Amino acid sequence: MKKHLVSFTVNNDQYDLLVEPRKTLLAVLRDSIGLTGTKEGCSTGDCGACTVTVDGKSVTSCLMLAASANGKAIKTIEGLSSGSSLHPLQHAFIDKGGYQCGFCTPGFIMASKAFLEENPNATEAEVRHALGGNICRCTGYTKIIEAVMSAAELMRSARQAR
Amino acid sequence: MRDFALFEPTTIEEASSLLAENGGKATILAGGTDLLVGWKEGIATPKSVVSLAQISGLDSIAYDENTGLSIGGMTKMRAIEQSSTIRNRYTALAEGASEVGSIQIRNLATLGGNICNASPAADTVAALLVFGAQLEIASTYGERTIPIRDFFVGPGESSLQHGEIVTRLVCPPRPDNSGSHYIKQKIREVMDLAFIGVAASVELAHGVVADVKIGLAAVAPTPIRATDAENILKGNSLSESILEQAASAAAEQSSPISDLRCSAEYREDMVRVLTKRTIQASAARI
Ligand SMILES: Cc1cc2nc3c(=O)[nH]c(=O)nc-3n(C[C@H](O)[C@H](O)[C@H](O)COP(=O)(O)OP(=O)(O)OC[C@H]3O[C@@H](n4cnc5c(N)ncnc54)[C@H](O)[C@@H]3O)c2cc1C
Ligand code: FES
Ligand code: FES
Repeated sequence: MKKHLVSFTVNNDQYDLLVEPRKTLLAVLRDSIGLTGTKEGCSTGDCGACTVTVDGKSVTSCLMLAASANGKAIKTIEGLSSGSSLHPLQHAFIDKGGYQCGFCTPGFIMASKAFLEENPNATEAEVRHALGGNICRCTGYTKIIEAVMSAAELMRSARQAR
Repeated sequence: MRDFALFEPTTIEEASSLLAENGGKATILAGGTDLLVGWKEGIATPKSVVSLAQISGLDSIAYDENTGLSIGGMTKMRAIEQSSTIRNRYTALAEGASEVGSIQIRNLATLGGNICNASPAADTVAALLVFGAQLEIASTYGERTIPIRDFFVGPGESSLQHGEIVTRLVCPPRPDNSGSHYIKQKIREVMDLAFIGVAASVELAHGVVADVKIGLAAVAPTPIRATDAENILKGNSLSESILEQAASAAAEQSSPISDLRCSAEYREDMVRVLTKRTIQASAARI
Protein backbone atom coordinates (compact mmCIF):
# COMPACT_ATOMS: atom_id res chain seq x y z
CA MET A 1 0.00 0.00 0.00
CA LYS A 2 1.05 3.55 -0.59
CA LYS A 3 2.96 4.98 2.34
CA HIS A 4 2.08 8.41 3.62
CA LEU A 5 4.47 11.22 4.35
CA VAL A 6 3.74 12.27 7.89
CA SER A 7 5.34 15.34 9.47
CA PHE A 8 4.99 16.10 13.14
CA THR A 9 7.01 17.14 16.13
CA VAL A 10 7.68 14.82 19.03
CA ASN A 11 8.96 16.57 22.14
CA ASN A 12 9.79 19.57 19.89
CA ASP A 13 11.92 17.53 17.45
CA GLN A 14 10.71 17.54 13.85
CA TYR A 15 10.07 14.17 12.18
CA ASP A 16 9.20 13.54 8.52
CA LEU A 17 8.42 9.87 8.09
CA LEU A 18 6.97 7.58 5.46
CA VAL A 19 4.44 5.41 7.25
CA GLU A 20 2.08 2.62 6.28
CA PRO A 21 -1.51 3.81 6.78
CA ARG A 22 -2.25 1.00 9.26
CA LYS A 23 0.50 2.06 11.68
CA THR A 24 -0.78 3.57 14.90
CA LEU A 25 0.88 6.58 16.47
CA LEU A 26 1.98 4.25 19.27
CA ALA A 27 3.73 1.88 16.84
CA VAL A 28 5.52 4.74 15.09
CA LEU A 29 6.67 6.35 18.35
CA ARG A 30 8.04 3.07 19.67
CA ASP A 31 9.26 1.22 16.59
CA SER A 32 10.19 3.91 14.04
CA ILE A 33 11.34 6.69 16.36
CA GLY A 34 12.57 4.48 19.19
CA LEU A 35 10.79 6.28 22.01
CA THR A 36 9.80 3.25 24.07
CA GLY A 37 8.73 5.16 27.19
CA THR A 38 5.16 5.05 25.90
CA LYS A 39 3.81 1.57 26.65
CA GLU A 40 1.41 -0.80 24.94
CA GLY A 41 -0.88 -2.58 27.38
CA CYS A 42 -4.22 -3.55 25.88
CA SER A 43 -4.01 -1.86 22.45
CA THR A 44 -7.79 -1.34 22.57
CA GLY A 45 -8.12 1.95 24.45
CA ASP A 46 -8.88 0.44 27.84
CA CYS A 47 -5.69 0.76 29.91
CA GLY A 48 -4.18 4.19 29.18
CA ALA A 49 -0.56 2.92 29.16
CA CYS A 50 -0.10 4.41 25.68
CA THR A 51 -1.26 7.92 26.66
CA VAL A 52 0.60 10.79 24.95
CA THR A 53 -0.54 14.34 24.28
CA VAL A 54 -1.38 15.58 20.81
CA ASP A 55 -1.60 19.39 20.63
CA GLY A 56 -1.83 19.34 24.42
CA LYS A 57 -4.71 16.86 24.61
CA SER A 58 -4.26 13.39 26.06
CA VAL A 59 -5.09 10.51 23.72
CA THR A 60 -4.67 6.74 23.67
CA SER A 61 -1.99 6.50 20.95
CA CYS A 62 -2.93 2.86 20.27
CA LEU A 63 -6.23 4.02 18.73
CA MET A 64 -4.86 6.85 16.60
CA LEU A 65 -3.34 6.31 13.17
CA ALA A 66 0.09 7.90 12.84
CA ALA A 67 -1.15 9.46 9.59
CA SER A 68 -3.84 11.29 11.59
CA ALA A 69 -1.10 12.98 13.63
CA ASN A 70 0.23 14.81 10.56
CA GLY A 71 1.04 18.43 11.41
CA LYS A 72 0.53 17.96 15.13
CA ALA A 73 2.73 18.49 18.18
CA ILE A 74 3.18 15.32 20.19
CA LYS A 75 4.57 15.01 23.70
CA THR A 76 5.69 11.76 25.26
CA ILE A 77 7.10 10.91 28.68
CA GLU A 78 10.63 11.38 27.26
CA GLY A 79 9.92 15.06 26.65
CA LEU A 80 8.88 15.91 30.19
CA SER A 81 12.14 16.69 31.95
CA SER A 82 14.30 19.58 30.85
CA GLY A 83 17.85 18.28 30.89
CA SER A 84 18.41 16.68 34.26
CA SER A 85 15.65 18.68 35.92
CA LEU A 86 12.52 16.58 36.36
CA HIS A 87 8.91 17.69 35.84
CA PRO A 88 6.95 18.10 39.13
CA LEU A 89 4.91 15.00 38.22
CA GLN A 90 8.09 12.95 37.87
CA HIS A 91 9.37 14.28 41.21
CA ALA A 92 6.10 13.54 42.93
CA PHE A 93 5.84 9.97 41.58
CA ILE A 94 9.34 9.28 42.96
CA ASP A 95 8.75 11.02 46.31
CA LYS A 96 5.37 9.42 46.97
CA GLY A 97 6.22 6.00 45.54
CA GLY A 98 3.55 6.31 42.85
CA TYR A 99 4.73 3.21 40.98
CA GLN A 100 5.94 -0.34 41.46
CA CYS A 101 6.79 -2.02 38.14
CA GLY A 102 6.41 1.34 36.39
CA PHE A 103 4.64 0.05 33.28
CA CYS A 104 1.59 2.27 33.75
CA THR A 105 3.57 5.30 34.95
CA PRO A 106 4.24 7.10 31.63
CA GLY A 107 0.54 6.90 30.81
CA PHE A 108 -0.54 8.12 34.25
CA ILE A 109 1.94 10.98 34.11
CA MET A 110 0.95 12.14 30.61
CA ALA A 111 -2.78 11.91 31.40
CA SER A 112 -2.23 13.82 34.66
CA LYS A 113 -0.13 16.47 32.94
CA ALA A 114 -2.82 17.27 30.38
CA PHE A 115 -5.54 17.27 33.03
CA LEU A 116 -3.68 19.43 35.57
CA GLU A 117 -2.70 21.96 32.94
CA GLU A 118 -6.42 22.41 32.19
CA ASN A 119 -7.51 22.08 35.84
CA PRO A 120 -4.71 23.34 38.12
CA ASN A 121 -6.97 23.37 41.19
CA ALA A 122 -8.57 19.96 40.66
CA THR A 123 -9.86 18.16 43.75
CA GLU A 124 -8.84 14.61 44.58
CA ALA A 125 -12.25 13.35 43.42
CA GLU A 126 -11.82 15.12 40.09
CA VAL A 127 -8.33 13.70 39.64
CA ARG A 128 -9.55 10.16 40.39
CA HIS A 129 -12.33 10.59 37.86
CA ALA A 130 -10.00 12.05 35.23
CA LEU A 131 -7.60 9.12 35.57
CA GLY A 132 -10.36 6.53 35.16
CA GLY A 133 -8.91 5.53 31.78
CA ASN A 134 -5.56 4.51 33.28
CA ILE A 135 -5.12 1.10 34.83
CA CYS A 136 -2.40 0.04 37.26
CA ARG A 137 -2.08 -3.63 38.14
CA CYS A 138 0.41 -3.04 40.99
CA THR A 139 -0.11 -0.08 43.27
CA GLY A 140 -3.76 0.02 44.28
CA TYR A 141 -3.87 3.68 43.10
CA THR A 142 -3.53 5.34 46.54
CA LYS A 143 0.09 6.33 46.00
CA ILE A 144 -0.57 7.39 42.43
CA ILE A 145 -3.31 9.78 43.53
CA GLU A 146 -1.11 11.11 46.34
CA ALA A 147 1.64 11.74 43.80
CA VAL A 148 -0.67 13.57 41.39
CA MET A 149 -2.14 15.74 44.16
CA SER A 150 1.32 16.61 45.38
CA ALA A 151 2.47 17.39 41.83
CA ALA A 152 -0.56 19.66 41.38
CA GLU A 153 0.62 21.66 44.36
CA LEU A 154 4.19 21.83 43.01
CA MET A 155 2.86 22.94 39.63
CA ARG A 156 0.74 25.66 41.26
CA SER A 157 3.68 27.08 43.22
CA ALA A 158 5.94 26.92 40.15
CA ARG A 159 3.28 28.91 38.30
CA GLN A 160 3.08 31.50 41.09
CA ALA A 161 6.85 31.85 41.22
CA ARG A 162 6.89 32.78 37.53
CA MET B 1 -4.09 -4.96 11.51
CA ARG B 2 -4.06 -5.43 7.71
CA ASP B 3 -2.82 -2.61 5.54
CA PHE B 4 -5.24 -0.45 3.58
CA ALA B 5 -5.24 2.52 1.27
CA LEU B 6 -5.83 5.74 3.20
CA PHE B 7 -7.42 8.80 1.65
CA GLU B 8 -7.46 12.18 3.34
CA PRO B 9 -9.78 14.44 1.35
CA THR B 10 -10.11 18.11 2.29
CA THR B 11 -13.71 18.68 1.14
CA ILE B 12 -17.00 16.83 1.54
CA GLU B 13 -17.34 16.64 -2.27
CA GLU B 14 -13.94 15.01 -2.60
CA ALA B 15 -14.74 12.60 0.24
CA SER B 16 -18.08 11.69 -1.35
CA SER B 17 -16.49 10.97 -4.74
CA LEU B 18 -13.78 8.85 -3.14
CA LEU B 19 -16.44 6.84 -1.33
CA ALA B 20 -18.45 6.46 -4.53
CA GLU B 21 -15.38 5.43 -6.59
CA ASN B 22 -14.40 2.79 -4.06
CA GLY B 23 -17.80 1.17 -4.20
CA GLY B 24 -18.83 -0.83 -1.14
CA LYS B 25 -15.27 -1.31 0.01
CA ALA B 26 -14.42 2.07 1.47
CA THR B 27 -14.85 2.85 5.15
CA ILE B 28 -15.36 6.32 6.61
CA LEU B 29 -12.86 7.04 9.40
CA ALA B 30 -13.67 9.61 12.08
CA GLY B 31 -11.96 9.31 15.49
CA GLY B 32 -11.30 5.61 14.96
CA THR B 33 -12.13 4.51 18.51
CA ASP B 34 -14.73 2.01 17.36
CA LEU B 35 -13.10 1.18 14.01
CA LEU B 36 -9.51 0.55 15.12
CA VAL B 37 -10.62 -1.85 17.85
CA GLY B 38 -12.55 -3.84 15.22
CA TRP B 39 -9.68 -3.76 12.71
CA LYS B 40 -7.18 -4.95 15.31
CA GLU B 41 -9.48 -7.78 16.35
CA GLY B 42 -9.90 -8.75 12.69
CA ILE B 43 -13.68 -8.17 12.84
CA ALA B 44 -13.33 -5.96 9.77
CA THR B 45 -10.51 -5.68 7.24
CA PRO B 46 -11.02 -2.50 5.21
CA LYS B 47 -9.38 -2.13 1.78
CA SER B 48 -9.78 1.61 1.56
CA VAL B 49 -10.33 4.11 4.29
CA VAL B 50 -11.52 7.67 3.80
CA SER B 51 -10.60 9.90 6.75
CA LEU B 52 -12.76 12.96 7.41
CA ALA B 53 -10.14 14.59 9.63
CA GLN B 54 -8.73 17.01 7.03
CA ILE B 55 -12.10 18.48 6.06
CA SER B 56 -12.31 21.86 7.75
CA GLY B 57 -15.47 23.08 9.48
CA LEU B 58 -16.75 19.62 10.40
CA ASP B 59 -15.93 20.03 14.07
CA SER B 60 -17.62 23.31 14.94
CA ILE B 61 -20.33 23.98 17.52
CA ALA B 62 -22.68 26.92 16.87
CA TYR B 63 -25.86 28.14 18.57
CA ASP B 64 -28.44 30.52 17.17
CA GLU B 65 -31.62 31.54 19.01
CA ASN B 66 -33.73 30.98 15.91
CA THR B 67 -32.16 27.90 14.36
CA GLY B 68 -30.79 26.17 17.45
CA LEU B 69 -27.68 24.11 17.95
CA SER B 70 -25.53 22.93 15.06
CA ILE B 71 -22.71 20.46 15.75
CA GLY B 72 -20.32 19.14 13.10
CA GLY B 73 -20.16 15.36 12.71
CA MET B 74 -16.43 15.37 13.56
CA THR B 75 -16.86 17.22 16.85
CA LYS B 76 -15.02 15.44 19.66
CA MET B 77 -16.88 14.22 22.73
CA ARG B 78 -14.53 16.25 24.91
CA ALA B 79 -15.43 19.46 23.06
CA ILE B 80 -19.15 18.74 23.50
CA GLU B 81 -18.73 18.03 27.19
CA GLN B 82 -16.78 21.29 27.65
CA SER B 83 -18.98 23.56 25.51
CA SER B 84 -20.75 26.05 27.80
CA THR B 85 -23.63 26.41 25.31
CA ILE B 86 -24.28 22.68 25.34
CA ARG B 87 -23.83 22.39 29.11
CA ASN B 88 -26.32 25.20 29.73
CA ARG B 89 -28.95 24.58 27.09
CA TYR B 90 -28.57 20.93 26.06
CA THR B 91 -27.34 19.61 29.40
CA ALA B 92 -28.26 15.98 28.78
CA LEU B 93 -26.05 15.94 25.65
CA ALA B 94 -23.04 17.34 27.53
CA GLU B 95 -23.67 14.72 30.22
CA GLY B 96 -23.96 11.93 27.64
CA ALA B 97 -20.72 12.96 25.92
CA SER B 98 -18.92 13.14 29.27
CA GLU B 99 -19.87 9.50 29.94
CA VAL B 100 -18.01 8.11 26.91
CA GLY B 101 -14.88 6.11 27.87
CA SER B 102 -12.04 8.17 29.35
CA ILE B 103 -10.72 11.67 28.63
CA GLN B 104 -8.17 10.07 26.27
CA ILE B 105 -11.00 8.36 24.36
CA ARG B 106 -13.15 11.51 24.34
CA ASN B 107 -10.29 13.50 22.80
CA LEU B 108 -10.49 11.11 19.82
CA ALA B 109 -14.13 9.97 19.69
CA THR B 110 -16.56 12.02 17.59
CA LEU B 111 -20.30 12.60 17.77
CA GLY B 112 -20.77 11.34 14.19
CA GLY B 113 -18.96 8.12 15.07
CA ASN B 114 -21.03 7.58 18.21
CA ILE B 115 -24.24 7.82 16.18
CA CYS B 116 -23.13 6.01 13.01
CA ASN B 117 -21.74 3.07 14.96
CA ALA B 118 -25.44 2.59 15.85
CA SER B 119 -24.87 0.88 19.18
CA PRO B 120 -28.13 0.82 21.18
CA ALA B 121 -25.98 1.77 24.21
CA ALA B 122 -24.24 4.81 22.67
CA ASP B 123 -24.14 7.52 25.32
CA THR B 124 -25.16 10.53 23.22
CA VAL B 125 -28.20 9.12 21.44
CA ALA B 126 -30.78 9.24 24.25
CA ALA B 127 -30.09 12.97 24.58
CA LEU B 128 -30.14 13.55 20.81
CA LEU B 129 -33.54 11.81 20.69
CA VAL B 130 -35.04 14.11 23.32
CA PHE B 131 -33.61 17.20 21.63
CA GLY B 132 -35.12 16.13 18.31
CA ALA B 133 -31.80 16.18 16.45
CA GLN B 134 -31.86 16.28 12.66
CA LEU B 135 -28.98 14.60 10.85
CA GLU B 136 -27.59 16.35 7.78
CA ILE B 137 -26.22 13.78 5.38
CA ALA B 138 -24.13 14.31 2.24
CA SER B 139 -23.21 12.01 -0.64
CA THR B 140 -22.61 12.18 -4.39
CA TYR B 141 -26.42 12.05 -4.72
CA GLY B 142 -26.72 15.35 -2.87
CA GLU B 143 -27.90 16.17 0.61
CA ARG B 144 -30.71 14.88 2.79
CA THR B 145 -31.85 15.49 6.33
CA ILE B 146 -33.45 12.90 8.58
CA PRO B 147 -34.63 12.98 12.18
CA ILE B 148 -32.49 10.86 14.48
CA ARG B 149 -35.62 8.92 15.41
CA ASP B 150 -35.69 7.40 11.93
CA PHE B 151 -31.95 6.78 11.77
CA PHE B 152 -31.55 3.56 13.77
CA VAL B 153 -32.66 0.26 12.26
CA GLY B 154 -31.23 -2.37 14.63
CA PRO B 155 -28.18 -3.08 16.77
CA GLY B 156 -25.21 -1.76 14.75
CA GLU B 157 -27.50 -0.89 11.86
CA SER B 158 -28.59 2.52 10.66
CA SER B 159 -30.41 3.82 7.61
CA LEU B 160 -27.16 5.36 6.35
CA GLN B 161 -26.48 4.24 2.78
CA HIS B 162 -22.99 3.40 1.62
CA GLY B 163 -21.01 6.55 0.85
CA GLU B 164 -23.19 8.83 2.94
CA ILE B 165 -21.47 11.17 5.39
CA VAL B 166 -23.14 12.66 8.45
CA THR B 167 -21.91 16.24 8.20
CA ARG B 168 -23.89 18.01 10.92
CA LEU B 169 -26.50 17.56 13.62
CA VAL B 170 -29.03 20.27 14.25
CA CYS B 171 -31.17 20.50 17.40
CA PRO B 172 -34.04 23.02 17.60
CA PRO B 173 -33.68 25.97 20.01
CA ARG B 174 -34.45 25.32 23.68
CA PRO B 175 -37.25 27.17 25.46
CA ASP B 176 -36.09 29.08 28.58
CA ASN B 177 -38.33 27.21 31.00
CA SER B 178 -36.84 23.81 30.21
CA GLY B 179 -34.25 21.48 31.67
CA SER B 180 -32.70 18.15 30.73
CA HIS B 181 -30.68 15.35 32.25
CA TYR B 182 -29.02 12.03 31.29
CA ILE B 183 -28.44 9.10 33.62
CA LYS B 184 -26.18 6.21 32.68
CA GLN B 185 -26.63 3.06 34.71
CA LYS B 186 -23.25 1.34 35.04
CA ILE B 187 -21.03 -0.50 37.51
CA ARG B 188 -17.73 1.36 37.17
CA GLU B 189 -17.75 5.11 37.56
CA VAL B 190 -15.90 5.52 34.25
CA MET B 191 -14.97 3.24 31.33
CA ASP B 192 -18.11 1.15 31.39
CA LEU B 193 -20.83 0.76 28.79
CA ALA B 194 -24.38 1.73 29.75
CA PHE B 195 -26.63 -1.04 31.12
CA ILE B 196 -29.35 1.50 30.61
CA GLY B 197 -29.27 5.12 29.52
CA VAL B 198 -32.16 7.50 30.16
CA ALA B 199 -32.38 11.09 28.97
CA ALA B 200 -35.25 13.49 29.57
CA SER B 201 -36.08 17.02 28.64
CA VAL B 202 -38.91 18.79 30.48
CA GLU B 203 -40.58 22.10 29.70
CA LEU B 204 -42.86 23.55 32.39
CA ALA B 205 -45.44 26.33 32.07
CA HIS B 206 -47.39 27.49 35.14
CA GLY B 207 -46.47 24.35 37.02
CA VAL B 208 -47.65 21.87 34.39
CA VAL B 209 -45.68 19.94 31.81
CA ALA B 210 -45.90 21.89 28.54
CA ASP B 211 -43.62 19.44 26.77
CA VAL B 212 -41.54 16.41 27.67
CA LYS B 213 -39.34 13.98 25.80
CA ILE B 214 -37.82 10.78 27.14
CA GLY B 215 -35.06 8.83 25.39
CA LEU B 216 -34.03 5.30 26.35
CA ALA B 217 -30.75 3.59 25.41
CA ALA B 218 -29.61 -0.02 25.76
CA VAL B 219 -33.11 -1.34 26.53
CA ALA B 220 -34.34 -2.12 23.00
CA PRO B 221 -32.70 -3.12 19.67
CA THR B 222 -32.37 0.60 18.91
CA PRO B 223 -32.46 3.70 21.09
CA ILE B 224 -36.15 4.65 21.53
CA ARG B 225 -38.45 7.44 22.74
CA ALA B 226 -40.80 6.53 25.61
CA THR B 227 -43.78 8.20 23.95
CA ASP B 228 -46.46 6.58 26.16
CA ALA B 229 -44.80 8.04 29.23
CA GLU B 230 -44.49 11.43 27.53
CA ASN B 231 -48.24 11.48 26.80
CA ILE B 232 -49.10 10.67 30.41
CA LEU B 233 -46.99 13.57 31.65
CA LYS B 234 -48.08 16.24 29.17
CA GLY B 235 -50.52 18.79 30.62
CA ASN B 236 -50.11 17.48 34.16
CA SER B 237 -48.14 18.65 37.15
CA LEU B 238 -45.28 16.41 38.20
CA SER B 239 -47.10 14.72 41.09
CA GLU B 240 -45.83 11.51 42.60
CA SER B 241 -48.65 9.44 41.11
CA ILE B 242 -48.29 10.87 37.59
CA LEU B 243 -44.53 10.31 37.74
CA GLU B 244 -45.07 6.70 38.83
CA GLN B 245 -47.58 6.10 36.04
CA ALA B 246 -45.26 7.58 33.42
CA ALA B 247 -42.24 5.67 34.72
CA SER B 248 -44.16 2.38 34.51
CA ALA B 249 -45.26 3.23 30.97
CA ALA B 250 -41.62 3.82 29.99
CA ALA B 251 -40.64 0.44 31.43
CA GLU B 252 -43.54 -1.11 29.53
CA GLN B 253 -42.31 0.40 26.26
CA SER B 254 -38.78 -0.97 26.69
CA SER B 255 -37.91 -4.45 25.42
CA PRO B 256 -34.58 -5.24 27.03
CA ILE B 257 -32.55 -8.43 26.74
CA SER B 258 -30.71 -10.40 29.40
CA ASP B 259 -26.96 -10.56 28.90
CA LEU B 260 -23.76 -11.00 30.92
CA ARG B 261 -24.20 -7.58 32.45
CA CYS B 262 -27.73 -7.89 33.85
CA SER B 263 -31.14 -9.48 33.34
CA ALA B 264 -34.03 -8.14 31.26
CA GLU B 265 -36.19 -7.91 34.41
CA TYR B 266 -33.57 -5.78 36.14
CA ARG B 267 -33.26 -3.51 33.12
CA GLU B 268 -37.01 -3.05 32.84
CA ASP B 269 -37.38 -2.22 36.51
CA MET B 270 -34.46 0.18 36.35
CA VAL B 271 -36.03 1.97 33.37
CA ARG B 272 -38.94 2.72 35.70
CA VAL B 273 -36.68 3.95 38.52
CA LEU B 274 -34.39 6.00 36.28
CA THR B 275 -37.16 7.56 34.17
CA LYS B 276 -38.68 9.04 37.32
CA ARG B 277 -35.30 10.23 38.56
CA THR B 278 -34.32 11.73 35.21
CA ILE B 279 -37.57 13.68 34.90
CA GLN B 280 -37.29 15.02 38.44
CA ALA B 281 -33.69 16.07 37.86
CA SER B 282 -34.59 17.73 34.53
CA ALA B 283 -37.43 19.70 36.16
CA ALA B 284 -35.16 20.70 39.05
CA ARG B 285 -32.85 22.38 36.51
CA ILE B 286 -35.50 24.82 35.27
C1 LIG C 1 -12.06 2.07 25.53
C2 LIG C 1 -13.33 2.53 24.89
C3 LIG C 1 -14.39 2.94 25.69
C4 LIG C 1 -15.59 3.37 25.10
N1 LIG C 1 -16.61 3.76 25.92
C5 LIG C 1 -17.77 4.18 25.38
C6 LIG C 1 -18.84 4.62 26.21
O1 LIG C 1 -18.73 4.64 27.43
N2 LIG C 1 -19.99 5.05 25.62
C7 LIG C 1 -20.14 5.08 24.27
O2 LIG C 1 -21.19 5.50 23.79
N3 LIG C 1 -19.14 4.65 23.44
C8 LIG C 1 -17.97 4.21 23.97
N4 LIG C 1 -16.96 3.77 23.16
C9 LIG C 1 -17.20 3.69 21.71
C10 LIG C 1 -16.68 4.87 20.88
O3 LIG C 1 -15.65 5.57 21.53
C11 LIG C 1 -17.77 5.85 20.50
O4 LIG C 1 -18.83 5.19 19.86
C12 LIG C 1 -17.23 6.98 19.60
O5 LIG C 1 -18.07 8.09 19.69
C13 LIG C 1 -17.06 6.59 18.15
O6 LIG C 1 -16.60 7.72 17.43
P1 LIG C 1 -15.30 7.67 16.50
O7 LIG C 1 -15.15 9.04 15.95
O8 LIG C 1 -14.15 7.13 17.22
O9 LIG C 1 -15.83 6.65 15.39
P2 LIG C 1 -15.07 5.74 14.33
O10 LIG C 1 -14.50 4.56 14.99
O11 LIG C 1 -14.15 6.56 13.49
O12 LIG C 1 -16.34 5.32 13.45
C14 LIG C 1 -17.42 4.57 13.98
C15 LIG C 1 -18.39 4.20 12.85
O13 LIG C 1 -19.10 5.32 12.36
C16 LIG C 1 -18.83 5.59 10.99
N5 LIG C 1 -18.73 7.04 10.90
C17 LIG C 1 -18.01 7.84 11.73
N6 LIG C 1 -18.22 9.13 11.46
C18 LIG C 1 -19.10 9.16 10.41
C19 LIG C 1 -19.72 10.24 9.71
N7 LIG C 1 -19.50 11.53 10.02
N8 LIG C 1 -20.57 9.92 8.69
C20 LIG C 1 -20.83 8.62 8.39
N9 LIG C 1 -20.27 7.56 9.04
C21 LIG C 1 -19.42 7.84 10.06
C22 LIG C 1 -17.56 4.84 10.69
O14 LIG C 1 -17.48 4.46 9.33
C23 LIG C 1 -17.71 3.63 11.60
O15 LIG C 1 -18.55 2.68 11.04
C24 LIG C 1 -15.73 3.35 23.70
C25 LIG C 1 -14.66 2.95 22.90
C26 LIG C 1 -13.46 2.54 23.48
C27 LIG C 1 -12.33 2.12 22.61
S1 FES D 1 -2.47 0.31 25.03
FE1 FES D 1 -3.62 2.01 24.45
S2 FES D 1 -5.11 2.08 25.99
FE2 FES D 1 -4.10 0.24 26.47
S1 FES E 1 3.13 0.20 38.69
FE1 FES E 1 2.90 -1.71 37.72
S2 FES E 1 1.16 -1.37 36.49
FE2 FES E 1 1.22 0.38 37.68
